[in-house]
Order: sequence, then structure tokens, then C-alpha cells
Amino acid sequence: MPINYYIFLAIALFCIGVTGVLIRRNAIIIFMCVELMLNAVNLLLVAFSKMHYHTANIEGAMANPNAGIDGQLFVFFIMVVAAAEVAVGLAIIVMMFRNVHSIDVNFLNRLKH
Amino acid sequence: MSVTEILFWFLTVLALSGAIGVVLSKNPIHSVLLLVATFFAISGHYILLNAQFIGIVNLIVYAGAIMVLFLFVVMLMNLNSDTEPRKNKWLRLAGAVSGGCLMLVLVAALKDADVKNNIAYMNKGEVGLIENLGKTLFTDYVVPFEVSSILFLSAMVGAVALGKRA
Amino acid sequence: MTKLVYLVPLFPLIGFLINGLMRKNLSKAASGIIGSGTILASFVVSVMLFMQLQGGSISVPPLFDFIHIDQIHIPFAFQIDQLSSLFLLVITGVGFLIHLYSTSYMKEEEPHHFARYFSYLNLFVFSMLLLVLGSNFVVMFIGWEGVGLCSYLLIGFWFKNNNYNNAAKKAFIMNRIGDLAFLIAMFWMVAKLGSLTFSEVFSEDSLALLTTTDITGITLLLFIGATGKSAQIPLYTWLPDAMAGPTPVSALIHAATMVTAGIYMIARSNVLYTMAPVTQQIVAVIGLATALLAATIAFKQNDIKKVLAYSTVSQLGYMFLALGVGAFTGAVFHVITHAFFKALLFLGAGSVIHAMHHEQDIRRMGGLKKYLPVTHITFLLGCLAIAGIPPFSGFFSKDEILMGAYAKNPLLYYLGVAGALLTAFYMFRLYAMTFLGKFRGNSHSESHANDAQVADDHATFTTDEDAHGSHNADAHSAHQPHESPSAMTIPLVVLALLAVVGGFMGIPEIFMRGGHWLQEYLAPVFAGSAARSTPHAIDHSLELILMAVSTVLIIVVCLLAVSKFRKYQSGEEASTGLGKFLENKWYIDELYDTIIVKPLMWLAKFLNNIIERYVIDGFVNGVGRAVQYSGRQIRLLQTGQVGGYILLMVICVILFFVIKFFL
Repeated sequence: MPINYYIFLAIALFCIGVTGVLIRRNAIIIFMCVELMLNAVNLLLVAFSKMHYHTANIEGAMANPNAGIDGQLFVFFIMVVAAAEVAVGLAIIVMMFRNVHSIDVNFLNRLKH
Repeated sequence: MSVTEILFWFLTVLALSGAIGVVLSKNPIHSVLLLVATFFAISGHYILLNAQFIGIVNLIVYAGAIMVLFLFVVMLMNLNSDTEPRKNKWLRLAGAVSGGCLMLVLVAALKDADVKNNIAYMNKGEVGLIENLGKTLFTDYVVPFEVSSILFLSAMVGAVALGKRA
Repeated sequence: MTKLVYLVPLFPLIGFLINGLMRKNLSKAASGIIGSGTILASFVVSVMLFMQLQGGSISVPPLFDFIHIDQIHIPFAFQIDQLSSLFLLVITGVGFLIHLYSTSYMKEEEPHHFARYFSYLNLFVFSMLLLVLGSNFVVMFIGWEGVGLCSYLLIGFWFKNNNYNNAAKKAFIMNRIGDLAFLIAMFWMVAKLGSLTFSEVFSEDSLALLTTTDITGITLLLFIGATGKSAQIPLYTWLPDAMAGPTPVSALIHAATMVTAGIYMIARSNVLYTMAPVTQQIVAVIGLATALLAATIAFKQNDIKKVLAYSTVSQLGYMFLALGVGAFTGAVFHVITHAFFKALLFLGAGSVIHAMHHEQDIRRMGGLKKYLPVTHITFLLGCLAIAGIPPFSGFFSKDEILMGAYAKNPLLYYLGVAGALLTAFYMFRLYAMTFLGKFRGNSHSESHANDAQVADDHATFTTDEDAHGSHNADAHSAHQPHESPSAMTIPLVVLALLAVVGGFMGIPEIFMRGGHWLQEYLAPVFAGSAARSTPHAIDHSLELILMAVSTVLIIVVCLLAVSKFRKYQSGEEASTGLGKFLENKWYIDELYDTIIVKPLMWLAKFLNNIIERYVIDGFVNGVGRAVQYSGRQIRLLQTGQVGGYILLMVICVILFFVIKFFL
């Protein structure tokens, strides 16, 4: 598939994620939308890695069998970081729930003081 | 239309509808489940691109571990659709408009990109195979790999410290 | 030999520095010797240069490049020709005599003020020398400004008295108005000719480049500059007020040298003036008007120095009249003779004032003939010279001017003669009231109370700093006035001699063929003008008749004045009508005050109270207030709502993309 299609797909997913962050007040849903954004990026990275592979090895001549492998390795590390981030983030949300007994993001306006 | 293309479009539609559902659904449990479905679709895309390792890891880590964690937390807090807080109407409108603008801007920015007619190689290619990935990971990128273990360590310590009562 | 030229201004400069910097460490004798000695040295060098000049001019290589931009090249260079060497002699010669006189006149001052006085005088002589030695307009202008500055410093020498300070400021400011015109003229010349050096500006090629408008404009502006420096209408009112300075200062600056700077400048630029008949007409008219105006005012003045001041203004008017009708030699001649007899008169007045213990009102003098014999004789000689009685010097120079005026336009001649008659009258009035009759110094008169100001104003730096009260003056003048010491009388005698014989350097044709040494001497300087103008020759017999008639009239007027005023009793009429008008100087100072000073003050008040307070302060404070206001408004952004922050972030990301990719 032309890389264009993957680009637009990733943009669409990403922007849906952004909209979700802006629209929802539930902290958990917001967090999930962040994950959605991350995944959109992952998808795009993998698609580009295949594109590089293709441009490096046009029609059969195996010039570089490992062209574009960096993209997929990067995705791997993104997932690593995402996992760690989720763990910590959810711990924070739980703590917030314990203190305020609500997960409404608007209650976080203590930053004002 | 080859099978690959049909699969591509099917998976695309699945992913997009799942994403929209996550954003719009009122019940948080429904949101979580719809997100799981989206992840499945994305994994499908990965497999289609012959990035086997990434596809499987996506499923295991994201859909399997992370989403389950989300589900636990949601159930812990006993959230259902009537306690769901709603934002001010205008703010929601502003948010939607901003998101839409962002999409438009990105699309417009990238539509003239040089690469647009390059092909993403599907179905074939050895780059997504686990042997190649593993070889490169453990030779060129072994340092980040080890460092990520430290990252995990800090995350765990953080989570535990935050979770302690008082 | 040309290096000698540098010595001439160098000596006074050194004198200025030494006296100025070491004034607290020098005794009065030392500073007096240094001050006078430097001028004497300059005089000696000037004489040597004069001798050397017998053939042609000496041009001295430039000292350094003053201004050098593109094609405009203005070097700091000197030039000696016949005109400047004559002026050099006068300045250094008369200057030396006055320095000598000052050592005695100012000896009541404390040492450091005494040294300050001499340092200022030396600086003045230095600037004046620069003025006449300069080979281009810029060096002349440097000297021009310098003498204006020194005039300010010296008029306000007794700076503790505020009236004197005001007089000094007035002098300086009026000078500056003229200087502005001078500057504009210089700019015009540079713009048109690209050079300001005299030899280049007055060369045939440069003159061909100038249109009539150019020449008329330049000469007019230069003349306005001259009116400021040489006290013509409308910028003359500073000179009578400048009498607040010490009398030797008045003699040097306001009689012999600084005020002649304007004449020198125009004489130097004679070619330009000959090519601009319109300006010459204006110069002549203003000169004559000033001469008459000042003479009428001098009629009714009662302060000895004020009479002499107005007489100076009047005589300067005659010099400008001469320049205006094209009698350049006559103007220079009158400058020289005027330096002699006016300096003599001022120094004589200083001697009188000294003897009368700083009393300056002539109504309280009288009969000084027997107390001050030397002063009396020399003063009489000065009066005879200024009145224009043959064979004294004033006769020759004034007659040459009047003949030149007649040749141009007989009306100018008649008015000139009227002025000469007035001159004779008020000078002899002054002489009679001061030296003849009975000594009035002890009497109380009704006018006494009104004129207490005159004595009060004369604060000196003696150990008791109070102004002399009116009773003090009486008590002092109750003592016998005595003749001044020799340091003061010797210069008087020398100047009297010069006033008597000085006229013989310019004997007109009708008396002795080839007798006009001055005209032949200055011919090269005025060659350009002579080539361009058509001289009107007057019939010899007519000239003799006119001369005789005017002389007779003058002698009659002198005798009239003497007879009227020798029996003067104080306490006479209060001035009425015309007398009052003349006594109050035609109310010109009041006119200037209303027209110029008051609107300026109003403007200054307006600018201060309205523009400064509301506009400028408002703007500056407004910026501060705007910043505070915007700060307060922006603070409201920090709501603490995370959602709001994220929205803002997304919007900014969008903007960033838009700008990056589409603009």
C-alpha cells in the first residue's frame, strides 16, 4: 500500500486521541486516549520501517536485509516505556481517588494555589 | 482488489470505529473494551506488514497487560455511566474543533510530502522477523535494552511507593 | 621664519594655562607678570612678522587636518597678510597696555581671583588671535566662539552678583543667535564650493560657481553673525549691559577687539560683499541706523561706562556704514583709530572710577580736573579724537567714511554728519560733567536715592562681601580723589599718543599725494573688490568744502556742550517725554522682553506643565501601567484546570504546524 494511506490512518487515530483527551473529564478515559495516540505513532513507525526496507531493496536485489529495522526496534522501546508509564499513572489515579473520592480531572485545580 | 488490500481496509475501519467509540462512549467499561478491539485491529495491521514480533508483542503487552490493568482500576472505582462527569458543553465543542483542526493541519502539511508514493512493503520482507530483530537488538542496541530494565525498576518502585496507604 | 606665526597665539595660550591651573599657588605679582608678559612676547613677534611681510603674504603650512570628509578638506591653518598683521599689532599692542593697566586696577582682588582674571584675559587674546590668523572660516569661527565665551566669563567675573551673571548670559545668548547665522552661511559655502579656505573661496573659479542668490544669502547671513558679535541692530542690547564687567575688560573686549571681529570678517570677505549690492545696502542702512540710535541714547545716560558703551555701538555703526558703501579701507582705518581712542577713554574712565572709589554716576562727579591731571589730559585727547577734530586720528578715519558715504548717496552723508555731531555733543557732555565744574561727590541729591542701585551693584571680592551701600560711597568719596598709580597712567599716555598721531597713516589725497599709506598697504587685500566696483570719485574742491563745514559744525557743538554742562548742578529735572524715552534706551529691552522673552517663557512653561507632565510622563507611566494590567489579565489564564492547559497546548501545536508549513 502506498505509504500515504498509513500516514492518514495514523493521523486520524492520533487526532481522535487528542480529541478524546480534550473532551473527557474522566481521568482514566483520558489516559486511555493517550495510549491510543501512542499506538497510532507505533503503527506509523512500523509502516515507515517497511517503506525503507522496500526502497533499499527494490525488486529482488537484497542490498541490505536489515534496512529499516530501527523503526521496529524503536516501537519496541516505546512499548516498554508505555508500560512503565501506565503503571505509574494508574498508581497516581488510584491515589487521587483515595483522597478526593472522584476521578474528575477538574478537581485537580489545586495547581492554582 | 487483492486479499491484502481488502484486509487492510477492513482493519482500518475496525480501528477507526473502535477509536471513535472509546472517545464517545459513556460507560467507561465500554471504552476499555472498545480500546482492546482497536488494539487488535492495529496488531492485525502489524501482521499484515510482516512485523510479526511487534504484532505479537502489541497484543501481549498492550491488549493483554495494560488494558487488563485499566479494567482492574475501573472496576476498583466502581465506575459506571451515571457517575460519569461531563465537561462543559462549550469546552467540549472547543476540544472537538481543536482536534479536527489538528487533523486538518497535519493532513495538509503532509500531503505534499515527497514520500507519498513510496510503498510500504507488505506480506514479505525479513525485517520484521524475530531473528533479525533479536540480532540487532542485542548487538547494536544492547545498551538501551539494559537501561530499560532500570526504567522498569524505577516504575515499580514508584508504583509501590505511591500505592502505600498514608 | 614662518614658524614664528605659531608663537603668536601660543604665548597667550600658555599664559592662560599657567594662570588658570596654578591660580591658587601664584602670587599676584607672578600672575600679573605672566599674564602681561605673554602678550608682550606676542606683540614683539607680531612686529617681527609685520616687518617680514613687506613683500606679499606669508602663508603658513597647515598644522593638522581638522576635518577631512570626502572632498571637503578643512585644515587647521594660519595665514598672514596685510589685514591680519595689522589686526595682530592692534590686538597684542593694545592688549598689552590693558594687561599692564589691569595689574593695578584689579589689585584689590584676592590672588586666586586675580590669577583667574588674567587667565581669562589671556584666553581671550588667544581666541582673538585665532580669529584673525585663521586661513579658513572654520578656524575663524573657533576664535569667534572663543571670544564670545571669554566675553561671558569676563563680564560675569564678579559672579557673586546675580545682575552681572544675567548680563553675561545676555551677551552670550545674543552672540549665539548671530553665530547660528554664521554657521548657516558656512554650511552654504561648503555645500556650494566644497571648501572654506579663504584663498579658495575668493578665487575667481569659486566665485563663478555662485549665483547671485547664493552670494546675497551668504553675505546676509554672515552680516547677521556680525551684528551679534559687533552689536548692531537688532542684537546690540548686550553691550551696554556688558559694562557690568571690570573696566579693563570693557576696554579690551568691548571697545578694541572683540567687537571688531565682525568688521574683520566682512573686510576679509570683501569680494563677496562687493558682488552683492543688496546686502551692502542693508549693511550701510543698519550701520547708520545703529549709529544714530546709539548716539541718541548716549545723550541721556548718566553712567560713565554706559555712555562709552553706547558710543562704541555708535562708532561700530560707522564702521559698518563704511563697509556698506564699499570703503573697506576706511572701515579698517576706523577700527584701528577707534581701538586707540576708545581703549583710552575706557581706561580713563576706569581711572576715574578707581579714584572715585567705584562711583560711576557722572552726576556725582565733576571738577576732577585738579585731582586727576594725567587722566584729565588723556581723556580730553580721547574726546577730541572721537569727535573728529583735526588733526587727531578720529578726524581722518571718520572723514574717509563720510566721503565714501557721500560718493554712494549724499543722504547717507548728511545723516552721518548728524551722527558725528551727536557724538561730539555727548562726549563733551561727558567730559564736562566729569572733569569740569565743581566736585559734586559729597552732595546729597534727590536723584541720589533713585540711583543707589548704581553703587550697590558694584560688589567686589574684598573681604567684606556686602555690597557697598549708598552711604559707603558717600563716605569714601568724601576723601579726596587721587591720581591713579603709574601702572594705570602709563598706558593712558601711550594710548593718547597713538590717538593723536594714529591718523597720519591715512592722510587723504587732497592733503598729500601718496599720503594714504594704509590704502596702499591694504590694496592687495581689497584688490578683488576694487576690480569689481566702479569707484565714485568726488571732486577735490567739494571734498574740501564738506570737510571744512563738518569740522566747523563739530567744533561748535563741542563748545556748546562744554558750556552747557560745566556748570551742571545735580538734582535737576526729572526726565520727561523725549528725554525719558532716550534715557530708557528707546524701551528696546522692554520690547525684546515682550516679543521674545515672554513667549519663550510661556512656551517653556507650557512644555513643562502640559507636555512633560501629561504626554511624556503619561506615556512612560502608561507603559508601566499597561504592563501591570496585562500581567493581571494573563494571570487569569492560570486556572489550575488541567483540561484548559491541554486545550491550550493543542491549539499552540496547531498554530506551530500552520506557521511552519504554510507561512
